[in-house]
Amino acid sequence: MYIRDTIAAVSTPPGNGGIGIIRVSGDQAAAVGNTVFTSVSDGGLVSHRFSFGTIRDAATGEMVDEAMAVYMRSPRSYTREDVLELHCHGGWLVVERVLALVLACGVRLADPGEFTRRAFLNGRIDLIQAEAVMDIIASKSEAALQLAQRQREGALSKRIDEVRECLLQALALVEAYIDFPEDDLGQTDEVAIAASVDSAQTMITDLLATFEEGRIVREGISVLIAGKPNAGKSSLLNRLLNENRAIVTHIPGTTRDIIEETISFEGLAIRFLDTAGIRHTNDLVEQEGINRTMEKVPQADLILAVFDGSREFSQEDQMLLDALAECRIIAVVNKSDLPQRLVLPAANRFLATVMVTALSGDGVDSLKQTVCRQFLHISATDSREFISLSRARHRDALVSADVYLSRFCAGLPERNLELLALDLRGALDSVGTVTGQTATDDVLDRIFSSFCIGK
Amino acid sequence: MITCEQIYDVIVVGAGHAGCEAALASARMDCRTLLLTINLDAIALMSCNPSIGGLAKGHLVKEIDALGGEMAKNIDATGIQFRILNTKKGPAVRASRAQADKQLYRLRMKRVLEQQKNLDLKQGEVTSLCLDGAAVCGVELRSGISYLSKTVIVTTGTFMRGLIHIGLNNYPGGRAGDQPSVGLSDQLRQLGFQVGRLKTGTPARLDARSIDFSKLETQFGDSPPRPFSLSTERITMPQMPCHIAYTNQRSHDIIRSGLDRSPLYSGVIEGIGPRYCPSIEDKVVRFPDKDRHQTFIEPEGLDTIEVYPSGMSTSLPIDIQIAFYRSIVGLERVEIMRPAYAIEYDYVDPIQLHSSLETKTVKNLYHAGQINGTSGYEEAAGQGLIAGINAALRVRGSDPLVLTRSQAYIGVMIDDLVTLGTKEPYRMFTSRAEYRLLLREDNADLRLRDIGHQLGLVSEQEYLRFAEKRCKISEEMERISITRLQNTVQQTAVLVRLGLQDIQKGTTFEQLLRRSEVCYDDLIELDPVSRETSEAIREQVEIQTKYKGYIDRQLEQVEQSKKVESTRIPEGLDYAAVKSLTTEVREKLSKNRPDTLGQASRIPGVTPAAISILAIVLKSSSWKGNS
Ligand SMILES: Cc1cc2nc3c(=O)[nH]c(=O)nc-3n(C[C@H](O)[C@H](O)[C@H](O)COP(=O)(O)OP(=O)(O)OC[C@H]3O[C@@H](n4cnc5c(N)ncnc54)[C@H](O)[C@@H]3O)c2cc1C
Repeated sequence: MYIRDTIAAVSTPPGNGGIGIIRVSGDQAAAVGNTVFTSVSDGGLVSHRFSFGTIRDAATGEMVDEAMAVYMRSPRSYTREDVLELHCHGGWLVVERVLALVLACGVRLADPGEFTRRAFLNGRIDLIQAEAVMDIIASKSEAALQLAQRQREGALSKRIDEVRECLLQALALVEAYIDFPEDDLGQTDEVAIAASVDSAQTMITDLLATFEEGRIVREGISVLIAGKPNAGKSSLLNRLLNENRAIVTHIPGTTRDIIEETISFEGLAIRFLDTAGIRHTNDLVEQEGINRTMEKVPQADLILAVFDGSREFSQEDQMLLDALAECRIIAVVNKSDLPQRLVLPAANRFLATVMVTALSGDGVDSLKQTVCRQFLHISATDSREFISLSRARHRDALVSADVYLSRFCAGLPERNLELLALDLRGALDSVGTVTGQTATDDVLDRIFSSFCIGK
Repeated sequence: MITCEQIYDVIVVGAGHAGCEAALASARMDCRTLLLTINLDAIALMSCNPSIGGLAKGHLVKEIDALGGEMAKNIDATGIQFRILNTKKGPAVRASRAQADKQLYRLRMKRVLEQQKNLDLKQGEVTSLCLDGAAVCGVELRSGISYLSKTVIVTTGTFMRGLIHIGLNNYPGGRAGDQPSVGLSDQLRQLGFQVGRLKTGTPARLDARSIDFSKLETQFGDSPPRPFSLSTERITMPQMPCHIAYTNQRSHDIIRSGLDRSPLYSGVIEGIGPRYCPSIEDKVVRFPDKDRHQTFIEPEGLDTIEVYPSGMSTSLPIDIQIAFYRSIVGLERVEIMRPAYAIEYDYVDPIQLHSSLETKTVKNLYHAGQINGTSGYEEAAGQGLIAGINAALRVRGSDPLVLTRSQAYIGVMIDDLVTLGTKEPYRMFTSRAEYRLLLREDNADLRLRDIGHQLGLVSEQEYLRFAEKRCKISEEMERISITRLQNTVQQTAVLVRLGLQDIQKGTTFEQLLRRSEVCYDDLIELDPVSRETSEAIREQVEIQTKYKGYIDRQLEQVEQSKKVESTRIPEGLDYAAVKSLTTEVREKLSKNRPDTLGQASRIPGVTPAAISILAIVLKSSSWKGNS
């Protein structure tokens, strides 16, 4: 068997606030638990039972944190090894400190994803599951969780099977004319071949579209609020954040004054970029703040362009729109409670136009819904039925299949069957890498069931 | 029991298409070889259709030839119609096919065997293998004599426990007119081999005098006929046409009326038949909407009135056979000379073989041909050649020859057989080859001649001829890559005629040739040097230039898969201990016992995830214990 040294790591994302979990896996897990953790009840850790207690620095005896601990004996654990989890309450610093104590017991810091890799190696989960689990670990919101869940249940595999089915049909048609020139098969049925390829390509395109959706569900979307001073950006931001105070997170970035605010709405994580610029300039006429906002434009999935509805469209507004020429924009017309004097030029330039009163909060919910709708198909999110391609590997496989199919279509008029077959096979092999199937026998099956062949 | 004193290096059991190639290869590789067969008058007999080649099969024949086998030479010397199929399609899927004079084919092969140094040819039925521990050491014959040897190659074709069916009548036979082989497969089963049952069939042989050929379409061969073998200068045999006829609704009604007496449909036959060679009753039942089925009426030879109606095999009773053949236009008065029949026989699942065709269970024992579940002369011959080579290499103490999937159809076939086994008769198709563009008939010599030469199967003289050709090809490739259009008055005129007036001066001939509207023959008009180039060189240069992009892409894929293909899995690896594999995958791997990671990846149900796990497991140096 392979050597199982014991590994440890913090298994909650940094900065998530609340509880920090330190996970230890390997033969020494119990020993580590007994060293760093002291249960308030009758000592010792019982497998699969939470106990409450304290974490102490064994060297000094100093108490570091109050904590819950759970010990899971092999094989009934995530990695199928002995596992210890320490749930700490203190902040980030405390969690770091506890990890240091654990490592001091002689265990090794885990590599990224190593727990999942062990789970995978020990047969706890398969590769697709492992990838989905990696997604769960990274997922910030419930839709991402559900997406990961559904992927595990094979909705993706099923849809890919349908793609494969079409491609096999097309390939069988092509191959039959290559391998059985002396059989009485009639003319090459190019129409049927093209039709099968066409439906496969449509499905692939749809799946690829959901990849973008999958990425968005997993990673959340980035939104930038822009507008001339006094349009009401900061009050809008406060409104957007207010109702979700409980799950607002503050993630210190690399630069001190770039702060991201994240809210979760309808299961979609929405991240507001560079809000520091908005909040701290306090709507002062300050070119600096605007410049900083503009730097963030390329990172944004969406721009909320805020206008003051009580004033006429100004040159500054125009400058802003010019600067955002290539962006996806929702126009937010603020101060809808006042008499309206704004006339927005070229309204169809916007994805949508939403009226709000930032001060009172009127229209803010509708704005949020509008934002979500830009990224998730309404019906899809409602029924939770959409299939998303969320792993880059799957996406690459389909992109490569799509490239083959495009070449196939381009080559169709030349009727060079064995080159066409090459492209179809390439597409099939690409698709097969998602689900692990090879084509030859299935193609032969189809040939023999579709054509009467044989001398 | 009498034991012959001489110890042979190689004994080959069965002188069918596999056995002949096996025996010739080992004898030519200087091994003392004995070829035993039930009937010396039925050597290399074509049990079914009197033809060699076709799609993928023609490829096999050319590969056998490049490696130094006999099949191509034999058909060239005895073929009575030659055709290249798929000429309108690309070079990779063009294939040669020939009609044989069946008797001449067999007689010539017998003569070649008789003249072969190191080769003894004897009549006799092998009833069991002699064993020395876990290794084979000889064979025992029904006559009571045994022969000893270092290696044994079994190529029994359709003979082991052969059972012939005509309607509900059946009787033991290895093929119509031949004794079956009884006892050998029982012993193999006792030794632990998994022995299964397959079925195949053949049409009736008809009397040509009773056919009205004026009512049939005539199909002539190519003129001039192109030979299979690199060694054949010209085809000198007289050439004959085939004829095409069709069944009709009435034929199908007659067939349906006899189904209740079909051994297939009444459940008498238990063996599995080939889907690609269905009997006529299968075709009618499975494709009820098809209003006619085509048949080629093929001559069985120059000097015989027997003809073979391809695609019309059946196991229906004789009265239905007569009625149904006579329902075909042109065959209204036809007489049957030999009835159609089906045959069931024992085969040994090839999953129990290494890639060398040596069995995993018994050392020094090789299986080749139909015993491995294949069907077809070419498939048999390809395996026979490899088994013969590998038995000889074993005698020499050398590593076996294993052709890869990117090297040869023979490699694809053997890899398919030993990796996946087979539950129905296996036939070669070009679609089985993932590197089809690399495995062309036209480059079989470029792929395999070196190997044949190194093994000692290709004579110095023949090899020199090849080496010279290869050299000329690369010289010409080089030349056209540096020769540029000068746009002389004469060249411009030619370009205008080809509709290529827009082509720039200075364009290389290679660039020109890459265009779909240009072929090498056009170069001849542009440039006097090209005129000197021989046909064979022109063909290669044109194909290699035109398909360069595609060929390079396939070569790249070959390169990418090399790592997986060359990762060996230790023979005793305990899959049950690899807990991360699903139970299903573990079972499959334990059953198939692939030799390499590449083979494992081709087992259905073994996912890329499973392959990643295996790769990790094999790499992890700490995984020593169980292997
Ligand atoms: C009825 C019938 C229908 C067929 N139909 C088709 C078809 O439609 N398409 C197709 O591609 N192929 C068909 N074939 C198969 C084709 O004939 C074989 O695939 C091919 O001949 C196999 O070659 P082989 O060398 O393995 O065996 P064979 O050509 O069968 O030769 C076996 C040889 O071994 C000898 N032998 C057997 N047992 C012993 C023993 N114990 N001791 C000594 N000698 C022994 C036999 O005498 C024989 O010479 C058919 C064969 C038959 C009989």
